[in-house]
Amino acid sequence: MSPVAPSSLSIATPEGVVFSYQLATPVSRCLAWIIDAVAIGGISYFISRIVNVFGFLSQDFVNFLGVVLFFVISVGYGILLEWRWRGQTLGKRLFGLRVIDVHGLRLQFPQIVLRNLLRPIDSLPLFYLIGGAAALTTRLGQRLGDLAANTVVAHERYWEAPNLDPIAPAKYNSLLAYPRLAGRLRNFASPEAVGFALRAVAERDSYNPSARLELFADLADYFRSLAHFPEAAVEGLSDEQFVGAVLRVIYNTPGRTREVKSN
Amino acid sequence: MIVDWSRFVGAEKTYWDELERVLAKLEANPEQSMSLAEAQRLHYLYERCSGDLARLDAFSEPRLRAFLESLVSRAYGEIYETRSPLRIRWKSAIYAFPRAFRRHLGAFRLAVGITILGSAFGWFAVRQDPQTKAVLMPFQGLMISPRERVAAEESTKNDRMKGVKASFSGQLMTHNIQVAVTTMAAGITWGAGTFILLFYNGVILGAVAADYIADGQATFLAGWLLPHGSIEIPAILLGGQAGFILAGALIGWGSSLPRSARLRAVAGDLFAIVAGAACMLVWAGMVEAFVSQYHQPVLPYALKIGFGVCELAALAAFLGWTGRE
Repeated sequence: MSPVAPSSLSIATPEGVVFSYQLATPVSRCLAWIIDAVAIGGISYFISRIVNVFGFLSQDFVNFLGVVLFFVISVGYGILLEWRWRGQTLGKRLFGLRVIDVHGLRLQFPQIVLRNLLRPIDSLPLFYLIGGAAALTTRLGQRLGDLAANTVVAHERYWEAPNLDPIAPAKYNSLLAYPRLAGRLRNFASPEAVGFALRAVAERDSYNPSARLELFADLADYFRSLAHFPEAAVEGLSDEQFVGAVLRVIYNTPGRTREVKSN
Repeated sequence: MIVDWSRFVGAEKTYWDELERVLAKLEANPEQSMSLAEAQRLHYLYERCSGDLARLDAFSEPRLRAFLESLVSRAYGEIYETRSPLRIRWKSAIYAFPRAFRRHLGAFRLAVGITILGSAFGWFAVRQDPQTKAVLMPFQGLMISPRERVAAEESTKNDRMKGVKASFSGQLMTHNIQVAVTTMAAGITWGAGTFILLFYNGVILGAVAADYIADGQATFLAGWLLPHGSIEIPAILLGGQAGFILAGALIGWGSSLPRSARLRAVAGDLFAIVAGAACMLVWAGMVEAFVSQYHQPVLPYALKIGFGVCELAALAAFLGWTGRE
């Protein structure tokens, strides 16, 4: 399993699998809160304009609605959105954050209510100083409302299926003719470097041309330093093609190497 | 260790896609319940994806690992959650409040005890030195002599609440709900904050009572406070009860469960009690604005006191007997 950073919540399942959530920093939470505060202000203003239409009936009734609706919106905004959007408000959604249960289970309505009702204490004496101090000092970055409700705020865990084309077997790969190379590369290449190279291949079209040339030259140098590549195997390959071929060798199997060799 | 990467992805991707579809459907409709066959299929897909995640080796594609972790974590939340999703059934919702109240009677008694202690303090402070009134209950309306206030309000010909009753009731509702919620939330300070808030409320109550009774205005006081106070004061006490439940779960006396399990166990009851108290305070706000502010001869004291006593009896019956099995 991958190592878990200190700012992560790691959950081990009974099946022996460990997955982790990257916890939100107080800064990203603060930015999300600002968005939410603006949204609450905007909604309240909009509602008050609508309510004012009923002024011809009774100004007292309009004032009543103004007081009650502002209260309901300011308390209910977080509760309603976190319930309907499974732990997200507008601000959290914009910053890719989500409230999750501390055990990775489905977030329950009482938890959402509790963490939102404890906001008055967290926001004391001004600008969430108590909540901010709690988030900075607790192991999982929880404000008091999160502690009481058993929740944490983490980065989104929704990932789309990746495009695996860069490591899918190629019809022709000159390096596959040398089975020992695969073993040597798998033994000596660091997983971080391989991951980095993979990301570079996947995102190559978004780089500017000179940076792209420089990056793949560095990556190619790194892989060349790990093993002796026969001249015939790399002849005519650009640095970028070479890195792609190396990745396919690392991700594909010795069995496939033999299969290609026999052809 | 994955022996053949391309075969692995080719063989498993179908299951990953299926699990993603099932999860998206469940997440879009949390109230939906699954048939046995659907639940078994979800469990199978979850176990299969967990196995795939465990098989990823050091050279696994990082985004594929992230994708599988995201799938497994979402499925884990659905499969291992034993608490049922929220379904609003009015009968259960109404029963949840008194049942939660009765489950934690000790916390309620503690809240009542602290309020009585504060009231006693306020009572004796004002009886010993009437000048402390200005410090203990710094509200403009309570600064004048009770006798003068009663005389003024009983002889008034104008409706001083005319045109502001609704907005006044709205302010009372929101303010009192904030007080009850804060009393509950202050339980996070291991109960110290709840203790202070309840004691202070008690001090004000005791000081007001001492001031009015000493001045011979006990009937006015009962007629003024009982219609709304018979609901409002218990609601604040319920906020205190919730605060002490929260504090008890944090402290964990006599429990071998971890803190998170203790908090998880009381979350539903806290929600039920606070929601119930909020409903009570909406009623109390209306009564305070529309009934409590009118005195004899507009509304006879006997009627107001009788109304308050009936409310208190109804509340006691509701909390004491509703939903008993």
